[in-house]
Amino acid sequence: MSLPPGQLRSPGLWSSLRRPRQREEGARAALVAAASTVAVFGLLAWWVLTSEAWPEVQEQFFNPDHFAAAWPEVLGGFWLNIQMFMVAEVLILVFALVFAMIRALRGPAFFPLRALVIGYIDLIRGLPIILLILLLGFGVPALQLPGVPNSRLFWGLGALVISYSAYTAEVYRAGIESVHESQRMSGRSLGLTQVQSLRYVTVPQAIRNVIPALLNGFVSLQKDVALVFVLGVREAVREAQIYTAGTFNYTSYVAAAVLFLVASIPVARFADWYTERDRRRKQSMGAA
Amino acid sequence: MTAKIEVRELVKSYEGKAVLRGVDLAVESHEVVCLIGSSGSGKSTLLKCVNLLVPIDSGQILFDGISITDPRVNPNKVREKMGIVFQAFNLFPHMTVLRNITLGPIKVHQVPPAEAREQAYGLLERFGLADKAEEYPDRLSGGQQQRVAVIRALAGRPELMLFDEVTSALDPELVAEVLNVIRGLKEEGMTMLIATHEMGFARDVADQVYFLDDGVFLESGSPERIFNRPSEPRTRQFLQRIVEAGRL
Repeated sequence: MSLPPGQLRSPGLWSSLRRPRQREEGARAALVAAASTVAVFGLLAWWVLTSEAWPEVQEQFFNPDHFAAAWPEVLGGFWLNIQMFMVAEVLILVFALVFAMIRALRGPAFFPLRALVIGYIDLIRGLPIILLILLLGFGVPALQLPGVPNSRLFWGLGALVISYSAYTAEVYRAGIESVHESQRMSGRSLGLTQVQSLRYVTVPQAIRNVIPALLNGFVSLQKDVALVFVLGVREAVREAQIYTAGTFNYTSYVAAAVLFLVASIPVARFADWYTERDRRRKQSMGAA
Repeated sequence: MTAKIEVRELVKSYEGKAVLRGVDLAVESHEVVCLIGSSGSGKSTLLKCVNLLVPIDSGQILFDGISITDPRVNPNKVREKMGIVFQAFNLFPHMTVLRNITLGPIKVHQVPPAEAREQAYGLLERFGLADKAEEYPDRLSGGQQQRVAVIRALAGRPELMLFDEVTSALDPELVAEVLNVIRGLKEEGMTMLIATHEMGFARDVADQVYFLDDGVFLESGSPERIFNRPSEPRTRQFLQRIVEAGRL
């Protein structure tokens, strides 16, 4: 027996931090949680802050003046991270879907295409991203091929897209396989071709099933775009490194860390919230 | 006269297990043929073979006298001329009722969307479901969902309808509404091949009944003969059990 959908309590964006039962236990539970949090983190802070080397570390990593001085450059670099993330994510979502659809095609006629995609996915998943970035980012521009972009940024981002597309294709594939065979059959029975049946029947349902996993990939990519710093691309981490090289102070890295956290925590919370909402919706539908 | 659909010496196995072991069957135009037999006897598999949804091992299936199991035949073109309704409805859960019905006509038969919608509304009206056009399938009862599935199959203007135990997943009180739809189709002269456990219905509606047992047709004939004077002991045994269960 379940409540009608309107009566279901909509979970807040932050509620999944707490366990569901705690929400019902009221003020006392909140008090206990607060007290134990203060105790645990207080103890940790005391432990770190009273260590002998702390003043030195504080000067090296948490210096407010250096923070302020490094901030504009690091922030400027971070804007590039955001742009790289957005461009790469769109490309990844599209390419990965195409690869996953090719993998889902049946019949001997599509064998060469399928084999190509499987080979690509196996190859890319077996390589560390950082190697791919180094190889493409330094390698391709060095070839000086006519008509091919020579920018390291372009190839660094290209390496990220190539790598993430392989992983994301597997996410989509799991989604496609989660849609029951009978859906494909009834699509085909209407006379739809394989591709039409995938496009109109299977894939829309598959995407809905893997949105949480895709969001998880967003969070991951948001940080991994920083890897192109190895090519000398002046994004946030590179800018922080440049500051450190000139001042021998590491506070700029902390500034970069703050920026990455500010950008990725909301996405992670949203992913949790969405997953929880989806789970509840499925539960209430199953009971109806 | 050529039969609408003719099956010759059809053999089909799944992973080495023979499901159909050489079956022959013919359905003339405007004829209704019912397949009866216990679960696992191969009824569903036969319908899926006819709709080319599963590959066959050997034998032949002819549609209007033309072999459709020939590898050079495009299966999509064949399916356009048939409609199939499944036991579990298999509506598309992410589409409204209307979109479920118009998908085939728009994408397969290239009917202009406005015209396809108009036709769909016409069919929905005829089956008393016009008010459900904008609903999603999970808001409908099983009987309503199955009627929508029938309309979806009819929207492609098929020359042959296949029904695969379409009332087996329904609550008893919802069975009649779906069977009445099929009766209505018979009156209009639709050619149908129906796998069913509803023996009373089969006796009413069928021109011919085939009894399928362990992958072969043991006997076939008019419903009058099969139900009243079955010649095979296996058929008698099967019908006896149905009578004992109070289903005939």
